[in-house]
Amino acid sequence: MPILCFVFLSYLPTLYAQNTMDTVAIYTFKNSVILRSPTPVQLLSAKQLERLGNLSVADATRFLSGVQLKDYGGIGGLKTVNVRSMGTNHTSVYLDGLAIGNAQNGQVDLGKFSLDNIAEISLYNGDRPVLLQPAKAYASASAMYLQSALPHFVDGQKNALKIGLKAGSFGLINPSLLWQRQLNKHVSATLSSAYTYADGRYRFRIYDSNYDTLARRENADIRAIRTEAIFNGQLKNGDWNTHAYLYESKRGLPDAVVANKYKPVEAGFGQRQNDRNVFLQSSLKKKYNNYRIAINMKYANDYTYYTDPNIVKLEGPLENNYYQQEAYLSLANEYALTSKWSVALSGDWQWNKLNADLDNFVYPTRYTTLIAAAGRYKSNRLTLQSSLLTTLVQDQTTFAKSAGNKAEITPAASVSWQPFSYPDFHLRAFYKNIFRMPTFNDLYYTAIGNTLLDPEYTHQFDVGLTFAQTFNETLSYFSVQTDAYYNLVNNKIVATPAANQFKWIMYNLDRVEIKGLDVVLKGGAEVLNAVKLDLGLNYTYEQAINMTAASNGGYNRGEQIPYIPLHSGSFIAQADYRNFLLNYSFIYTGERYSQAANLPENYLQPWYTHDLSFGKDFLIKKGHVRVMAEVNNVLNQAYEVIKSFPMPGRSYRLSIIVNY
Amino acid sequence: MLKSQIRLFYFLFIGVIGCLAACRKDVAPLDSEEFNFTSGLYLLNEGNMSMNKASLDFYDLNSGIYERNVFKRANPDVVLGLGDVGNDVQLYGNKLYVVVNASNKVEVLDATTAKRIKQIDIINCRYITFDGNNAYVSSYNNQIGLDSNSPYGKVVELDTATLSITRTVTVGRQPDGLAVANNKLYVANSGGYNPNAYEHTVSVIDLATFKEIKRIDVEINLDKLKADNNGNIWVTSRGDYLGNHSNFFLISSRTDEVMHVFNEPVSNFWIDNDNIFIYSTAWNQQTQQNTIVYQLFNRADLNQHTSYITDGSEANIAIPYGIAVDPVSKDIYLTDAKNYVSPGTLYRYNTQGKLITTFITGDIPAHMVFLGRD
Repeated sequence: MPILCFVFLSYLPTLYAQNTMDTVAIYTFKNSVILRSPTPVQLLSAKQLERLGNLSVADATRFLSGVQLKDYGGIGGLKTVNVRSMGTNHTSVYLDGLAIGNAQNGQVDLGKFSLDNIAEISLYNGDRPVLLQPAKAYASASAMYLQSALPHFVDGQKNALKIGLKAGSFGLINPSLLWQRQLNKHVSATLSSAYTYADGRYRFRIYDSNYDTLARRENADIRAIRTEAIFNGQLKNGDWNTHAYLYESKRGLPDAVVANKYKPVEAGFGQRQNDRNVFLQSSLKKKYNNYRIAINMKYANDYTYYTDPNIVKLEGPLENNYYQQEAYLSLANEYALTSKWSVALSGDWQWNKLNADLDNFVYPTRYTTLIAAAGRYKSNRLTLQSSLLTTLVQDQTTFAKSAGNKAEITPAASVSWQPFSYPDFHLRAFYKNIFRMPTFNDLYYTAIGNTLLDPEYTHQFDVGLTFAQTFNETLSYFSVQTDAYYNLVNNKIVATPAANQFKWIMYNLDRVEIKGLDVVLKGGAEVLNAVKLDLGLNYTYEQAINMTAASNGGYNRGEQIPYIPLHSGSFIAQADYRNFLLNYSFIYTGERYSQAANLPENYLQPWYTHDLSFGKDFLIKKGHVRVMAEVNNVLNQAYEVIKSFPMPGRSYRLSIIVNY
Repeated sequence: MLKSQIRLFYFLFIGVIGCLAACRKDVAPLDSEEFNFTSGLYLLNEGNMSMNKASLDFYDLNSGIYERNVFKRANPDVVLGLGDVGNDVQLYGNKLYVVVNASNKVEVLDATTAKRIKQIDIINCRYITFDGNNAYVSSYNNQIGLDSNSPYGKVVELDTATLSITRTVTVGRQPDGLAVANNKLYVANSGGYNPNAYEHTVSVIDLATFKEIKRIDVEINLDKLKADNNGNIWVTSRGDYLGNHSNFFLISSRTDEVMHVFNEPVSNFWIDNDNIFIYSTAWNQQTQQNTIVYQLFNRADLNQHTSYITDGSEANIAIPYGIAVDPVSKDIYLTDAKNYVSPGTLYRYNTQGKLITTFITGDIPAHMVFLGRD
C-alpha cells in the first residue's frame, strides 16, 4: 500500500499541448507582481479554477499553502478556512473588495460560493500590498479575495452568454447561467444565476483494525439558488461597480457518526438549516493627478433558520431564527508624494445588528470605526510598506450589560528587497499585529456568552524569498516562493466548562505558538510546440503548539493543537493539447489529533486524495462548448477531515458549458 | 536541455511528495482481552457530545491496577465501540448496565469479563435503576403511538432475564434520575429543554400497574434521584443557573411528601448507609467562577454538615463530576472532568479524607459502581 501511492504519483501525464500566448503573458505579469510583493500572496487564476474540477471556493482553497480547510463533508457541509493555524475568525473573506461579514459567529462558509463566476482567488498573509483599500483590509491577520468575473467581450460583440450544466454523484444537478451585456460605451452588466441540488447520500466506510462496514450518509441534502447582478462602468480616470447578490438554501446538517447512530433516528428527523443572504454593494474609484479616491458601501441582510426535531420543547421541535443586518461605508484616499513615496488614509464605518429568538436574548448592536494610515516607498529594488490601524468598537444591548467599548491601535510593516541585479529574486519580511473582536455568539449567546471577553491577538513574523526564471524561447517558467514564519495567538477564545456538560462559557484562555514553513513551487513549459504544461506544488510545515499556562487553567501544554497536521501539501498538473485539457491534482494532509491531548485515542491517520479531470473544447458556430469529466478521490480513500464526519469516497461529475 | 530540465522538474516533485507522503498504516486486528474482575470500581467516562468518546475503566482493587478502556479491549469488534456520552452505569445481579445517551442504547455486559451480552436500543436514554426482575430506564424521547412530537419523556421497563422491553410509561418532560422505594418508582423530571419553563415535579409510578399515580411538587430542574435503605428518596435540583440556586431534598416514600429542604446547592451525591456525601459546583454569573464545596450530611441530623476531604487536595479538582464511597473500606472517590475535552483524573481518598492515589482516566469521568464490594 505505501508503495502503491508512490508508484501512482510517478504516472504523470506526458501530453503535449498548444500554447496560448495571451494567457502566458498575463500570467508572467501577475506572477512578477506576486513575486515582488513584500507579503506572501498566492493566486488561483480563472484558468486553474475552471479545471480544478471543484464546485465551490472551499474546495479550491485546498490548493493554497498554509491553509487548512475544515470540511464537514458533502456538498452542503460547513466549510471554513484556517490560515496558518491562527483560527477561522482571523481570516477575512472579500468579494470584489468588500468583506463578507458574519458578526454572529465570525465564520464564512466558503461552500456557499461557487466557482461559476469567480475569476480569481487570492490569499494574502499580512497586509495586502495595495495602498488604496478600505481600512477593513488591514483588520485581519490574513485575507482571501474573491474576484467576480469581469465581462470579456470578443471582437466588438455586445453580448456574452455562458450556459452550464453539471451533474454527477450524490444526485448533483447544477445548472448555471451567466449573461454579460455591453449596455453602452461605458457601462456593462452581468447577470448570473445558478441552482444546486444534491441528495448527498454518499456511501462511506466505518472501519478500524477490527471492523469494516459501509453506511450511507443521510440528511446531507442541499438545495440552493444564487442570483447576482453586477453593473460595471468606466469613467474618465476611474470606474465604478454595483453588485446585487441573493443566495437561498435549504440543507440537512448530518450528525456526527457515532456508535449505533449512523443516521437520524427517523427520516425527517435530522437537523436542518435554511439560509437567505442578500447584499447590495457599490464601489467607485477615481484618480485626479497624484490623488486617488475609493468609496465603498454595502448593505447586507442575512437570515438563518435552524431546527432539531429530536429536541422537542413544550412549543414543539426546537427552532431558532437569526436575523443579521450590516451596513458599511468606506472612504479611502491615496496620494503619491513622489514617484517613489505614497501615503494613504482610509476610514470605515460599520453597523451590525443581530436579532434571534433565543431565550433571554439581548439583541446586540455593534458600531465599528476603523481608521488606517499607510505609507509605501517603492523603488526599483526595494519596497517598504507600513500601516497603522485604529479600531473603535461600541456594543449595545437590550436588557443586559453589553461588552461596552473597545479601542485598539495595531501596526504592520513589510519589506521586499531585490538584492542582486537579477530581477526575479527577492527577499522579504513582514510583521503584523492584529486582533479579532469576540463575535456576537462569543459575547451574547444565551447562557454561554461572556461579555467580559477580550479580543484575540495575533503577532505574525515572517521572512521569505521568491525566485523565478522564465525561458522566453520556449515560454517555460519556474518560480518558487518560500516563507518561514512564527505566529503567536493570545487570549484565544475557547469554550470551557461552567457547571456541567450542558453549560459552557466562553473564555480568553489559550495561547498558541506557531512555527511554520510554506513552500509554493510553480513551473511550466510548452513542449514540442503542442503541449502546454503547468505544474504547481505546495508544501506546508506547521507546528502549532498549545502554550496555555497550566496556572491559567490550561491543559495539554506543549502539544499540537487539534486538527493541524505537521505536514500537508498539494500538487496540481495541468496539461493542454490542442483542444484537450487534462488535470491531475493531489492533496495530502498528514497525521493530526482530533483533540488537544495528543494521545493514541485521538490520533487521526493522514489522508490523501487524487483527482482527475479530462475535457475537450469544441468550436461551434457562434462560440465554443467545453465538456469536462471529473473523477474525484480516484483511489476511493475513506477519510475524515473532522473526526466522525466522513467524507465521500470516489465521486464523478460531468459538466457541459456553452459559451456564445 | 529543456526537456531534461522538465524531467528533472518532474522527479523533483515526485521525490518530494513520495518522501513526505507518509502513507496510512494498516493495523493488525486486536484480540479481545479476557478480563476476570472480582473486586473493584467501574468508572464510566462520558466523553464530550458528538465525539464518540464514552469509555469504561475498571480500578482493580485486588491488583491495584487501573485498567483503561475495558469495553473496547473486551469487545474490539463492536462497531465504533461504546459510543457517545455514557450517562449511567449500574450493576445488578452479575450484569453491568451502561446507558449510552447519544448512541441511543443500553449496553448489558458480563460484570466479570466486561464482555457484551446484549445491546438494547432506547432513544435518548438517561439513567437506570432496578427492582426485582426488572430494570427501569428513563428516556427524554417518547415515541409512543404516532405522537412523535410529544415533549414528554418516558420510563422503559426491561426484564433482566430476557433483556427485552416489557412496558413503558409516560412521565414528565426530560426525566433524569430514578429510583425504587416502597414498590413505587420515583422519577425526577427536569424539563431541561425549556429553560423558561422547567419541570418541577417527581413522577410516582406504581410498579404493579406501571402507571403514573401522582406527582410530587419539589423544585425546578430536578436531576439526580436516589433511594436509601430506609425508603427515603433524595433528589437534587440544578436551579436555573441564575436567581434560583441548586438545592437538595428528602422525600418520604411512605407519605410521598418532601420531608426536608436542605437549602444547600448539591450537584451530585452518594449514599453510604446514614452518610450522604455530596459535592456542589455552583456557577456565579457575576464572578464568572465556580464555587465548589465537598460536604457530608448525616441522616441523624440533616442540618449539620462537615467536610470530608481534610488535606486540602480538593483544590486541585477543576470540575468534580463523580463521587463514590467504597461500601467496605469507606474510601472516597472523586473524579475531575477538567475542561471536558481532555483526559480526566480519578482521586482516591481514605476514610479520613486524605489523598491516597490518583489515576488518569478518559474524557469526563463521571459515573461509578463497585463490583464485589459488599
